[in-house]
Amino acid sequence: MTFQDIVFYFFAIILILSALGVITSRNPVYSALLLVLSFVTCAGLWLLLEAEFLAITLVLVYVGAVMVLFLFVVMMLDINLDRLREGFWKWFPFGALIAIVLVAEMAMVLMGGNFGLDQMPAPSPQAADYSNTKELGRLIYTEYVYAFELAAVILLVAMVAAIALTLRKRMDKRSPDPSKQVAVKSEDRLRIVKMASERKE
Amino acid sequence: MEHIQQLFEQLFGTDWGSMLFVVVKTLALILAIVIPLLLGVAYLTFAERKVIASMQIRVGPNRVTFFGIPWLRGWGQPIADAVKAIMKEIVIPTGANKFLFILAPIITIAPALAAWAVVPFSPEMVLADINAGLLYILAMTSLGVYGVILAGWASNSKYAFLGAMRSAAQVVSYELAMGFALVCVLMMSQSLNLGDIVNGQQGDSFINWYLIPLFPMFLVYMISGVAETNRAPFDVAEGESEIVAGFHVDYSGMAFTVFFLAEYANMILVATLTSIMFLGGWLPPFNIEPFTMVPGFIWLLLKIAFVLFLFLWFRATFPRYRYDQIMRLGWKVFIPITLLWIFVLGTVMQLPVSVQESFPLNLWF
Repeated sequence: MTFQDIVFYFFAIILILSALGVITSRNPVYSALLLVLSFVTCAGLWLLLEAEFLAITLVLVYVGAVMVLFLFVVMMLDINLDRLREGFWKWFPFGALIAIVLVAEMAMVLMGGNFGLDQMPAPSPQAADYSNTKELGRLIYTEYVYAFELAAVILLVAMVAAIALTLRKRMDKRSPDPSKQVAVKSEDRLRIVKMASERKE
Repeated sequence: MEHIQQLFEQLFGTDWGSMLFVVVKTLALILAIVIPLLLGVAYLTFAERKVIASMQIRVGPNRVTFFGIPWLRGWGQPIADAVKAIMKEIVIPTGANKFLFILAPIITIAPALAAWAVVPFSPEMVLADINAGLLYILAMTSLGVYGVILAGWASNSKYAFLGAMRSAAQVVSYELAMGFALVCVLMMSQSLNLGDIVNGQQGDSFINWYLIPLFPMFLVYMISGVAETNRAPFDVAEGESEIVAGFHVDYSGMAFTVFFLAEYANMILVATLTSIMFLGGWLPPFNIEPFTMVPGFIWLLLKIAFVLFLFLWFRATFPRYRYDQIMRLGWKVFIPITLLWIFVLGTVMQLPVSVQESFPLNLWF
């Protein structure tokens, strides 16, 4: 057992336990936090695979942005666990069916011999000055440029749709418009009147 | 160093000895960064009180001294404050979630310290010289918001939760502008490594620093940095006139102090990053004799001190922004400016080589 193995098992155990915690925890805030923990340990595992760009991006995008909003929503909701559990046994067969299908699909992929050690030998370690980021950029902008552009367009459409869905002006409420407020000049509000000084006779 | 490594290898065998040596060496280097940093944090609080006091024509802390030396009056204040904070009781509210309540300050300070791993202090002085240094910094600074959100939620108090909500929305919005400003920097330097970014600014004088071609981005980064650290005039997360003390209203003693330390550690971090990415890091302002004799580390410290002074100056000068104005500034002003600048920069980089090598452009491209 080398040092790397110890690091791997350390991350792997935390990852599995925190992933289990996500689905078993009763408090949704704990679930979200455990999901954050599993993302971070997953990034650690990716670092061991020398995929530093992907590992750091995972932390940056999912932990730094997506999970913040997630946690936020979970905290704002007043979740009543008793009401959530009401229909548990009624829906159990349906859920079990989906779980079985999922397990079968994963088993087909993982046991199909596509991921054995003979199919995927351990990658040879790269030199210290090898830039993962540069290689990734080169691949994305040459070989996979159409797929990349397509993904970008889909994301843009989703963003425009999300903004269009929420952008509506409420007529029944008065609210300040900061752009108008900061554009105000003193001449708009204040009129200086010149007048001759009065004198007491 | 080699002797110590040999000692470790003799004690624990070649495999384990060298591994343990790396671990112990890294821990020692981490301490060598964190202890001066925490001292810097302590004295930044002192500097803040003194600077703001003199701006408001007051004296500031002038009592606590070391061994009764008269000209050190006030310099013992941060130490006295720390001792006071340690002695105080940590009150945990009855309705609070105890585990998260204690965890929140720890989560706040950990990323503020962890980000220092990739910061280069001079060409040779860096703990981890990784390729994706800039990304790592962005990832670490984006983690700090968890502490604020958790503190707000775990306190089980309306005011704390309002502060957490404000902070989360603000930090997530300004992170985008910050990220885009840094995209400009890495377009110029063509590297994510912080050492390479500084080396890309090498030249005859300060004209070569990214401050000049990326001046709007420098402003965006500085202001977003102030917003990210929840400092005045963007300190609506605390907003003592509206929501008491915001997310840390229920914290006391050392738990509160850890939040306080994290805020100042983040300030120093943002100041350091600004110096590295826009002000030439360890490079002297003129590459000629009297300036080059000063070690690079000193130049970096001077630049950090200057940016930190700006932070304190902002706090003494500007009134607090209103919340909707903060959001407008982030989304409707900064993000369009940064996107426009990325476009302009990309256009300039695609110009023919002969144009790029003609006068002012050849300074930077």
